[in-house]
Amino acid sequence: MAEATATRIPENLTAGGRRKRVRVNGSAVVMTAYLVFLMLPIYWLLNMSLKTNTEILSTFSLWPQNPTLANYATILTDPSWYMGYVNSLIYVGLNTVISVTVALPAAYAFSRYSFLGDKHLFFWLLTNRMAPPAVFALPFFQLYSSVGLFDTHIAVALAHCLFNVPLAVWILEGFMRGVPREIDETAYIDGYSFPRFFVKIFMPLIASGIGVAAFFCFMFSWVELLLSRTLTSVEAKPIAATMTRTVSASGLDWGVLAAAGVLTIVPGALVIWFVRNYIAKGFALGRV
Amino acid sequence: MEKTPNQKAWLLVLPVLVLVCFSAIIPLMTVVNYAFQDSFGNNQFFWAGLMWFEDLLASDRMWNALGRQVVFTGIILAIQVPLGVFVALHMPKKGPWVSVCLVLMALPLLIPWNVVGTIWQIFGRVDIGLLGYTFDKLGIPYNYTQDFFSAWATLIVMDVWHWTSLVALLAYAGLKSIPDAYYQAARIDQASRWKVFRYIELPKMAGVLTIAILLRFMDSFKIYTEPFVVTGGGPGNATTFLSIDLVKMALGQFDLGPAGAFSLMYFLVILAVSWVFYTVMVNLEKRES
Repeated sequence: MAEATATRIPENLTAGGRRKRVRVNGSAVVMTAYLVFLMLPIYWLLNMSLKTNTEILSTFSLWPQNPTLANYATILTDPSWYMGYVNSLIYVGLNTVISVTVALPAAYAFSRYSFLGDKHLFFWLLTNRMAPPAVFALPFFQLYSSVGLFDTHIAVALAHCLFNVPLAVWILEGFMRGVPREIDETAYIDGYSFPRFFVKIFMPLIASGIGVAAFFCFMFSWVELLLSRTLTSVEAKPIAATMTRTVSASGLDWGVLAAAGVLTIVPGALVIWFVRNYIAKGFALGRV
Repeated sequence: MEKTPNQKAWLLVLPVLVLVCFSAIIPLMTVVNYAFQDSFGNNQFFWAGLMWFEDLLASDRMWNALGRQVVFTGIILAIQVPLGVFVALHMPKKGPWVSVCLVLMALPLLIPWNVVGTIWQIFGRVDIGLLGYTFDKLGIPYNYTQDFFSAWATLIVMDVWHWTSLVALLAYAGLKSIPDAYYQAARIDQASRWKVFRYIELPKMAGVLTIAILLRFMDSFKIYTEPFVVTGGGPGNATTFLSIDLVKMALGQFDLGPAGAFSLMYFLVILAVSWVFYTVMVNLEKRES
């Protein structure tokens, strides 16, 4: 880190040579402390997931004395555990596809055209991102029960559209604003129809935006618990709900719980590297 | 960018509109329905007018939950915004460490919220958690399931752990957009570190910070999963925030009328505050372009 910060110092503002040194170390210390603070609880979860339950309860150690993968084996061989992951991945995948597909044309409309009520509509979409899931839990439960969708993957996928569709529209609009209009006009002059232009020319131009929108839809659907738990019982029960039910059971196996937690972090941790330069843009709904 | 007026653009927005109507308007109307009616079972409903709202405004339960919520949101905003800006100012701007910092900082943001709860539930336990164990050995009384102060401290530290990176990442994105020329000018003027922050960095971050505060406000105001997993709203009702109370009322006791009225007022509060932030945000964007 000292190296990295040292390179930026010349164009920075501190005057004297001695003060420079102090600042370099200062930044490195602050960042190290902050990252340690972030990583410590995650490390502890990982540490516990590699211990047996007896070791967790009998001895206190900073790292596993006899590292074991038994907890992971339990999860990956027991259908009541691993089906939780499968269910979660199914509805998250469905939701991502639905959200991004409907958001693409809408975001294009918002970024290119002005039409009656566009600004109000845009804000109204945001209000759905703000809506507390707790408000919607009961009505969703009754709505999906009455149309026979309770405990299906599609029910959760549709429910998560509540906050993911607005999110996708806002993020995509942010990316589309950056594409010059001349491209659209040239394509129309060249005789492209709107759908052909959109798929062949426009979508490749905002490919990174689509990736970012998909990533954030995936993530917000993946981390949500309240709605997915309310709308499912057995068939589509997500991993998050499986975990909370274990928590409330007596005689709880901390090792397995920790391993299940570690496995839920893996999908996000795998993808984050590819979108690292867009994290701020995605979280800020494309406004950065 | 100038936009062309085109009413046909509505057709492009239509799919979103239909989908969001299905997932937002219908449920919201159900809530409205409950809020103004009373039921004695058997699906028979009677017009109740403003009864539930009057009850609600007179009930200590709602005001207490709202009070706890406001205090919680206030505390975490007061910690996360300055801390996030502070961290962003110390992030490396070039080199291989940038990516490492970005990825590690983003990691807590991607953890499912119930796992965030589980992590801190384990971390704070006196028998098996690093934090709880350390406090225990140091002789500091700490027990987040029994003790009011411990429970609050745990939830606040957990939220700071979970979301400060969001503020930091946004502030960092704002900082990166400042051209070097600004800093050079400041150096020629021999501006102090504080002056550079106050007159160059802070104004440039105003836009992203507004978004950061908006997001942190609305997400912390609807927090449910993390405290539900860690404390379950306890000890007693010490950490029963609005969402936890609402879910208890609606799905636990099935008090549809009061829950409906509660939901509407809850939603309106969030909406009103968010609208203020949104207006500020749009104005800032206009000023910049």
